[in-house]
Amino acid sequence: MNIIEKILSKASGMKEVVPDQIIDAKIDYAMINEITGYLVANYFRDVGAKKVWDPNRIAIILDHTIPAPTAEAAEVHRIVREFARELNIPGFYDVGRGGVCHQVMMEKGYVKPGEVIVGADSHTVTYGSLGAFSTGIGSTEMTSVFITGRLWFKVPKVIRIDVKGEFSKYVGAKDLFLSVAKEIGFSGATYMGLEFGGSTVRDMSVSSRMTLCNMAIEVGAKAGIVEPDKKTVDYVKSKTSDSFTLLKSDKDTEYGRAIDIDVNNMTPQIACPDAVDNVKPVSELGNIELDQIYLGSCTNGRIQDLQIAAKILKGKKVNTRTRLIVVPASQEIFVEAMNSGLIQTFVEAGAAIATASCGACYGGHLGILASGETCLSTTNRNFIGRMGDPNSKLYLSSPAVAAASALTGQITDPSNLRGHDS
Amino acid sequence: MIVDANALKYGDDINTDLIIPGKYLVITDEKRLGEHAMDGIDPDFYNKSRIGSILVVGENFGSGSSREQAPISLKNAGVKCIVAKSFARIFYRNAINIGLPVLECLDLWNEVRESDTLSVDLEQGTITNERTNRTFQATPLPPFILDIIQQGGLLNKLKDSL
Repeated sequence: MNIIEKILSKASGMKEVVPDQIIDAKIDYAMINEITGYLVANYFRDVGAKKVWDPNRIAIILDHTIPAPTAEAAEVHRIVREFARELNIPGFYDVGRGGVCHQVMMEKGYVKPGEVIVGADSHTVTYGSLGAFSTGIGSTEMTSVFITGRLWFKVPKVIRIDVKGEFSKYVGAKDLFLSVAKEIGFSGATYMGLEFGGSTVRDMSVSSRMTLCNMAIEVGAKAGIVEPDKKTVDYVKSKTSDSFTLLKSDKDTEYGRAIDIDVNNMTPQIACPDAVDNVKPVSELGNIELDQIYLGSCTNGRIQDLQIAAKILKGKKVNTRTRLIVVPASQEIFVEAMNSGLIQTFVEAGAAIATASCGACYGGHLGILASGETCLSTTNRNFIGRMGDPNSKLYLSSPAVAAASALTGQITDPSNLRGHDS
Repeated sequence: MIVDANALKYGDDINTDLIIPGKYLVITDEKRLGEHAMDGIDPDFYNKSRIGSILVVGENFGSGSSREQAPISLKNAGVKCIVAKSFARIFYRNAINIGLPVLECLDLWNEVRESDTLSVDLEQGTITNERTNRTFQATPLPPFILDIIQQGGLLNKLKDSL
């Protein structure tokens, strides 16, 4: 069996499971944010439920609309806040306490290898980076999970993606995923799992593995996953003292599809409007003038991402033709970025810094685009109108390309920056 | 369970941000969510759909976000059933869970014009175009999914179990 099948058979108490089999799994953790969570709160009361299956296995994290930009959003906060208090949920993260839900789930030790985690947010697939099976579900199902602690799944077919080679400077997990998206197509993994492995993935940090798994949903996948190793164990042990089981794919596992990628000659990649699989290397783009650059999100808002960008921006200024918005993915990252001088570097370069949230990424607030504007973003989705007006254009890139592009005002390969100490 | 209504037809890859853009996610009134359904692709959708419609769409309908506001807005805009060539995973489950019938049928799309009257038999998984009098077979829904839809959604089943 592969790792996903092993996790699902453990969770369903079965010796073995096979693709397309419907199973009833025990859930280890469940997470909601305010946008999906207010529906859960309302449904929970509607059905007359009084208590959840286990308050210690639930996280409630405000992140999409923080701080509340409108009275309507504040009302949504109020519904969710009262719900969390009523149910005595210890894992409740209010404004200023957590940050982007997936980052908080990882850094507060809610994610452990071998577990089944569901979140009412599509980027819940991020936790596969620690060898967990995690997937996004809707609010009605989440209400059922809150009450019963169980959920049905269809065991997915799995695509194995083997990656070898060494990344060049300024190339990394984001460029790799965009190359995968180009290969698979944006609905090419619908209902399936993506298992990332090979020497390049083994060499990657947990932060980079998060970027990879986070974007699995962008090709329709039910889950993205990396087999746990020493890096996984070190990360998890630094966050929690809970025990966990390391499950890995059997050596002789056969996959529905296998893709081999060599990153040795990979250059920075860009997803062009309006689809994540519309991918081109920066070198083929020509001059794309930018009105805004956004660095942040559950995809690329971690300390490693901010460090890469700050190194490029240090002592320089954001081009006056454009604007840069930097949003650390969590309060914890914000503190680390302050203590290590990154925030100062960004502010001195002329960037706007916002509190950890999903705000601009989904077109909510804190960096919305006007009609006709073009943005380069380190986020995960470039659907029409995703970050604002339907007539705005959105390109996706790594943090390195975002930083270099902030200096020039157009999409730029960092290795082409003149006068830069590369 | 038979569903009758006029068809509204759209293409492939209609994602959740087109069905209900992010700025509307804080609207807690379902009726008002309905008024903004498909805002990203057809601002006149609500007026066309409010008297009742069957959506006939292409591949990968509902890709992207887990927002249940997507099927909720469609249901409140008068959509009685969605027939797609294929659905994205989370949207598919969400629609069923709120009691909005969804069927997968590859052949129907080419044989429907906007405003054709369709009749859907959910138990049989068949769709009849009353203009051409042709019937198409969709992938039948498994009994446990049909049961959720017939009870009006998963919450009604949950209520009964509590």
